[in-house]
Amino acid sequence: MLKKLLLGTVDWIDARIPMTETWNKHLAQYPTPVNFNFWYFFGSLAMLILVNQILTGIWLTMHYNPSAEGAFASIEYIMRDVPYGWLLRYMHSTGASAFFVVIYLHMFRGLIYGSYQKPRELIWIFGMFIFLALMAEAFMGYLLPWGQMSFWGAQVIISLFGAIPIVGDDLTLWIRGDYVISGATLNRFFALHVIAIPLALVVLVFLHIVALHEVGSNNPDGIEIKRKKGSIAEHEKSKFTFHKQYSAKKDIIDAIPFHPYFTVKDIMGVAGFLIFFCAVIFFMPEGGGYFLEAPNFEPANGLKTPTHIAPVWYYTPFYAILRAIPDKLIGVAFFGGSIVILFFLPWLDRCKVKSIRYRSWKHKLNIAQFTICFIVLGVLGALPTTPLLTKIAQVGTIGYFSFFIALWIYSKNEKTKPLPTRLTFK
Amino acid sequence: MKKLMIALITFLPAVVFASTGNIHLDKARYDLSDKVSLQRGAKLFSNYCLACHSTGYQRYQRVATDLEIPDELMKDNLIFTDSKIGDLMINSMDKKESAKWFGNAPPDLTLEARLRGADWIYTYLRSFYKDETRPFSVNNVVFPDVAMPHVLEELQGIPTAIFETTMIDGVEHKTIIALKSNGQGEMSSDEYDNAVLDLVNFLVYAGEPNKLERQSLGVWVIAFLIILFILSYLLKKEYWRDVH
Repeated sequence: MLKKLLLGTVDWIDARIPMTETWNKHLAQYPTPVNFNFWYFFGSLAMLILVNQILTGIWLTMHYNPSAEGAFASIEYIMRDVPYGWLLRYMHSTGASAFFVVIYLHMFRGLIYGSYQKPRELIWIFGMFIFLALMAEAFMGYLLPWGQMSFWGAQVIISLFGAIPIVGDDLTLWIRGDYVISGATLNRFFALHVIAIPLALVVLVFLHIVALHEVGSNNPDGIEIKRKKGSIAEHEKSKFTFHKQYSAKKDIIDAIPFHPYFTVKDIMGVAGFLIFFCAVIFFMPEGGGYFLEAPNFEPANGLKTPTHIAPVWYYTPFYAILRAIPDKLIGVAFFGGSIVILFFLPWLDRCKVKSIRYRSWKHKLNIAQFTICFIVLGVLGALPTTPLLTKIAQVGTIGYFSFFIALWIYSKNEKTKPLPTRLTFK
Repeated sequence: MKKLMIALITFLPAVVFASTGNIHLDKARYDLSDKVSLQRGAKLFSNYCLACHSTGYQRYQRVATDLEIPDELMKDNLIFTDSKIGDLMINSMDKKESAKWFGNAPPDLTLEARLRGADWIYTYLRSFYKDETRPFSVNNVVFPDVAMPHVLEELQGIPTAIFETTMIDGVEHKTIIALKSNGQGEMSSDEYDNAVLDLVNFLVYAGEPNKLERQSLGVWVIAFLIILFILSYLLKKEYWRDVH
């Protein structure tokens, strides 16, 4: 009786919107490479954190006061007088840092396995826009507690736009809505942080996944699981049923449906991630002064400059590039260029082989030096400058940009290893 | 604006290295679970600090509840203004007037322990010394030329500084190597250290009143997640049996 009622309801809905069809197409009969490894947890984790940020954000907004006079006190009101307000706040502030940890690892995965290569260029481009939106979202969110570092961090970064010739000063004025960072800036940042950018983020994430499901996931071997129709012997084909959208025109090999196999695997990933995430929330919410910076426990004061203005850790690699260059305008250009160049990665890499497993020693070396430079720049960006550290940051900056130039040169005629015909498990 | 910007990214970081210097901070071994210490700290705070410094983000009632101080006792002994027990712990000092008296308005101390750290406060309050050149005749090793007088003088007395003179690049540098008590305080040196520790304990509590609750809840959350992880691992293994 109950079963009949439920099935009837499903039929009723299916006759009106393609519910079961969508479920099958994108989950229950969606072909996923069988050899996903550890690096493939971070996409679903990023989605989890996005949901966490939106939900905790909604509840924080209910108690937050977006005004220069009331913002700082309202955060402390949330921390003290709102039941479990401290938990909401720490989930949100830790979530911001966790978002970047997960996104950086997700991007690194794409980098080593060539997931940005043809035909997945648009997935990478949408992903880069997500990264950009996330940086703007975090930057504007950091102003909202209206602490000293909120204020002065925003002051430094917004002033960067002043370096642009001719329009620079007018542009900074337009962004701030005032001659200095003020309540006007706080109000517009609040509006952008809670409405505009989250909306853009959700749309971009949707497009990122639409683009992914159109061409299908890459995998650690960088070979396709969808082959030419008739090229695979019947007994070698995947034994699972896939949606006709995928199986009608192609033979599918070494694939399993996303649901239930990767839903249960991702649940395991979520549980593992939450252990680390909650360890920070409950035992070190300041993240050693990197997630919540100590000067931000003092209300913003435009007359008192903190002794050391450090951006939050996730900006430091790019900030180090900015500081490494003595000329301000060129520094800002390199700072912007260091992010813009990532958009062009799919066309800078001219090699046909995707995964690092089958690429040349040059490529392995190049990715290694890039990773080291990125981490070193990240550390330097959080430290005060000294002549020696500036020299090191300059070397790191050269290494960062050399990655792309070298890649473009050697990838044209790269000596690669033979690709396997089936997916491998390593 | 351009000049400010250049100053910010080039000059400021250099200042830091000069100013964060090498002042040694003593370790404050406070204990948030020691209610008696917190009560003593609250008493010291309202007797010596609250007249000038507010803790304006916390409420008297919350302190009374958390520190197990009966409401009546709190009202009679720790609230000196006409505040109600549910009010925020602000004082009646006018910010503009106090800025005239001291040079700076005394800052709110609710978050001082999170801003500067417990060790800093612990060392700072034990680092005043006699200096006739200053308006209140005292200076501080940790916070040179601080505007605040030595409020705890009746407890500690006023220490004198012992200097050591060194020549660096032909310039004489005077550094303080020790502070010597004049023995005129009500407390011995050890008693004073303990009193300051109580005060620090109270300020650490004030900075984050939920800290102990957060940590004890955290143990349960992590324990639950470890069990969830094991179960989800077994579930995954069971499902993946038909893949491999």
